Amino acid sequence: MIAYLLLIVIGWVNIYAATNSGDGVSIFDFSARAGKQFVWILTALGLAGVILFLLPARLWEGICIPLYAFVALLLVLVIFVSSDIKGSHSWFSLGAVRFQPAEISKISTSLLLSFLLSQQGFKMTRRRDFLLACLVIGLPMLIIIGESETGSALVYTGFIFVLYREGLSGWWIGLIGLVIVLFISTLTLGTYWSLIILLAVLVGCDAYMHPRDFWKRLWIGAGVVLLLALLPVAYDWIKMETTWRFLLKLRPLWVLLTLVGIAVPFLLWRAWWKKDRLLGITVGAFVVGLILVFSTDYIFHRVLQEHQRKRIEVLLGMKEDLAGAGYNVNQSKIAIGSGGFSGKGFLQGTQTTYGFVPEQSTDFIFCTVGEEWGFLGCLLVIALYVFIIARLILDAERCRGHFTRIYGYCVASCIFMHLFINVGMTVGLMPVIGIPLPLLSYGGSSLWSFTILIFIFLALYRDEKKYF
Amino acid sequence: MNTDGRHIRLLIGLGVATLLLLGKLISLQLLDNSYKENASKNVTIKETIYPTRGVIYDRNRQILVGNKVAYDIMVDPKMVQASDTAAIAAVAAILQQEPDFIREKLDEFRRKGPVGGTQEVTLLRAVPAEVYMRLDEVKYNFPGFRGQVRSIREYPVNAGGNLLGYVSEVSPDYIRRHNGEYTAGDYAGMTGIEAAREKDLRGEKGYHIYLRNSRNQREGSYKDGAEDKEAVPGRDIVTTIDAPLQQYGQQLMRNKVGSVVAIEPSTGEILALVSSPGIDVDKLADIGKYWKEISANPYKPMYNRAVQASYPPGSVFKLVNGLIGLQEGVLRPETVYSCYKGYSYGEGRKLGCHSHKTSINMDESIMMSCNAYYCYVFKSILDQKKFSSVAEALDYWREMVMSFGFGKKLGSDFPAELSGSIPSSATYNSKYRRWNSTTVISLSIGQGEILATPMHLANFCATVANRGYYYIPHIIKETEGVPQDPRFSERHYTLVDTTQFPKVIPGMWKAVNAPAGMGGTAHVARVDGLEICGKTGTAQNPRGADNSVFICFAPKDNPKIAIAAYVENGGFGAAYAAPIASLMVEKYLTGTVSRKDLERSMKQSNLLYRVKRD
Repeated sequence: MIAYLLLIVIGWVNIYAATNSGDGVSIFDFSARAGKQFVWILTALGLAGVILFLLPARLWEGICIPLYAFVALLLVLVIFVSSDIKGSHSWFSLGAVRFQPAEISKISTSLLLSFLLSQQGFKMTRRRDFLLACLVIGLPMLIIIGESETGSALVYTGFIFVLYREGLSGWWIGLIGLVIVLFISTLTLGTYWSLIILLAVLVGCDAYMHPRDFWKRLWIGAGVVLLLALLPVAYDWIKMETTWRFLLKLRPLWVLLTLVGIAVPFLLWRAWWKKDRLLGITVGAFVVGLILVFSTDYIFHRVLQEHQRKRIEVLLGMKEDLAGAGYNVNQSKIAIGSGGFSGKGFLQGTQTTYGFVPEQSTDFIFCTVGEEWGFLGCLLVIALYVFIIARLILDAERCRGHFTRIYGYCVASCIFMHLFINVGMTVGLMPVIGIPLPLLSYGGSSLWSFTILIFIFLALYRDEKKYF
Repeated sequence: MNTDGRHIRLLIGLGVATLLLLGKLISLQLLDNSYKENASKNVTIKETIYPTRGVIYDRNRQILVGNKVAYDIMVDPKMVQASDTAAIAAVAAILQQEPDFIREKLDEFRRKGPVGGTQEVTLLRAVPAEVYMRLDEVKYNFPGFRGQVRSIREYPVNAGGNLLGYVSEVSPDYIRRHNGEYTAGDYAGMTGIEAAREKDLRGEKGYHIYLRNSRNQREGSYKDGAEDKEAVPGRDIVTTIDAPLQQYGQQLMRNKVGSVVAIEPSTGEILALVSSPGIDVDKLADIGKYWKEISANPYKPMYNRAVQASYPPGSVFKLVNGLIGLQEGVLRPETVYSCYKGYSYGEGRKLGCHSHKTSINMDESIMMSCNAYYCYVFKSILDQKKFSSVAEALDYWREMVMSFGFGKKLGSDFPAELSGSIPSSATYNSKYRRWNSTTVISLSIGQGEILATPMHLANFCATVANRGYYYIPHIIKETEGVPQDPRFSERHYTLVDTTQFPKVIPGMWKAVNAPAGMGGTAHVARVDGLEICGKTGTAQNPRGADNSVFICFAPKDNPKIAIAAYVENGGFGAAYAAPIASLMVEKYLTGTVSRKDLERSMKQSNLLYRVKRD
């Protein structure tokens, strides 16, 4: 609660700093962003009060299905009636006030997911239940992608942590991680090394799955991987030293693919013969991985949009484009980096005042913290978030009502995804994805939705204590 | 499935993610200093200090091109609101511009954004000091405007506009061609001496780098001035030009097309280089404003005829043939040829001559400029027994002629010099199926395929004045801190022996100084006591009236000045070229001019109507 208040005040002050250009507009000037945010904060606090003290906590569990449906409708509707703001169709304009249904959708999705998962007899391992949960998460996600707000949609992947907590196999998280790793490695290291990584991971999994001859399998697998990894080195050596030009035709990738072409049918046959399902899965996973690696280029160039591709290229250092796609991040890093240990002081940030970083009061608000308050400020802000997230998890664990617990996890993962993606983006760990930093960034709908998100949990949590 | 420990795992995951972020923050904020520097660079103000350009002097240290202070008006768009109509109008009024002009500049900046860290826009360039002073008085009312000191060119005397060349702001194309040496807003010499000696004249720019704080106030030097650089002024240049002579030449050549080149024979220094019509220095100073007018002028004032116009030299070339004849032994001063109004060669054709007494010796032939005499001389050069063919003879002759500097670039320090041309056997082989010495006979009198620039003629005149050698004509006497190119102090001898040269001088002396009625072609050039020796020329011009040509040097012994004047469509050599050249000689040697009538008539005459325009 205190952490929440602290964060919104920090956010408010930093919005003032970010939009201030040295002309001495008051922090309460309602025509400026800081003033507006002040209004948003007051209303958000009012909202929090309403949720805590006026509305019955049981209400939420009851209305979650109609609410979800209603918000889904809004999400679709907004595509047609919204004005185009920075290329996305996700804003409702009501006079001077604009709001983004995608923000509210986080709440409704969290509620419905909690409702679904807390039903008696819901089993994550049952395929039907799992798919239902996926549908609850996936539906708003897809609509939001349809609104060209890919960044906001990405936040929904955070719900996988909730599913994990509620019994989803940990392999899924690992799988997603592997897909991301393969995607990145194919882009940066090339196809060959991606395949080596894939093989290495599979060898590790295979060994893990056979605890009896763990070491034997690990050593053999590692040997094969190492041998294959040495192939390009050997190839380069041959290129330098030998006169046997015909050897140059044996490109490592082709050699590898030939080996794969021989090994895969053989292993599949063996799996069928010995009824070794695990081996079948492993080989199948490899083939899927192979397809993924080879389609990376296609996905990267065809499926992703131009600006998304550029942002990833910049992040992975494939392109240096400080004037174009890389400008934001570079300036943002400069702002944060120049803050040093204790920062330049309130309103003293030059990067901030001169507006080198675009979107500095919204998505890049963390720059202002970084520049003016330095490492200490960043530490404080991150610590506050981590405190909120950890507190949510621990409180959720203490709950006996499944609905409250699951909901707490939903809130925690939402905040975590926003925090990680947003801060990661400003420091250059993540590609530029336009999502706000919860409670800090300028913007009413974001502030409101996070306030509601958190305070519903607090209301539920308080309610819980009454009964138990 | 058992999910008991999973919240712990998730918390650990949260911890790892947090550490990842903090780790990156530590590397950005605590370990890597380059970002601090970048942030400083983002907000530095780089104030360029422009060097003063080198001054150009004449030979007597009179300033030809000086500098005066002007100001570039800079504006910081962040400090001026487009809505502040009153301020913009006030500044615009002072700068004598429309308010919209300022607004457009501000808009342009806002559209393009800060390029390369500059936060200022140049509003106006090279505003005169008087105008700037008025802005300066009220500047405190209009924050955001400031003046950047620049030095611009100033011309105290109207001498040698074309020669000096102009300076202007570099174009994007110019910047591209001189990779890295210039940036927008720099000035550079574009023509004449300004261009030829750009590297010496320009100096080196300096700069001071200041830091700004978040309220746009200056906060000391960047890195305590460690990266500041002081401007190095350009090197001064002393030219060989004699400003009064140059100016006088320009006055005499006004309203005529042509040029005058005066050289000091003992050094090769160019005393005056007049190309007419030329550009007055007041137009030079503000070339941008007059550019249209100048380039629309049908007489092409930008064209430096003294080194870029190739003409047939006409009769002055008889001296060259005479000297070659002497050298070859086919001509002696006593040789007498007769002339009955011309030289007849096969099948009744005749190269005409004016009426003068016949049976003349070499002195008289020079004095009266007899065409027939030189036809005989030229023919006897080419028809010498030692040559197996006329072609061989012609090429031999060409080599002799070129040793005088004709037909090639002299190698002057002046840019854009043309080489002219002297024909070779190959020229005629391609032109005629069969040819012999009579085919090329017009070469004897400097007509036909011969082309030479006025500079060539002046150099030839200096060679005769020196009795056999020349120094490469040059225009730079000294450059501050740079030694003079040694090639300008080398004597260049011709293939004609120095003993032959004194033999043609009496004829040149008589051409000017023979008593009236004796047939001296350049009697008009005579000035008592100056001992001017000269040779007229009347070169055919396919585009109208003949060109008037005259070369002369004076005094006869130890000549101080050699001069060549070439007036397009001026008629006889004696009509314009000789008076103008002799007036300039008189002016240079005595400081005054006694022949006021002649001077007045030369200054007033206008030949432009005769000149065919393109």
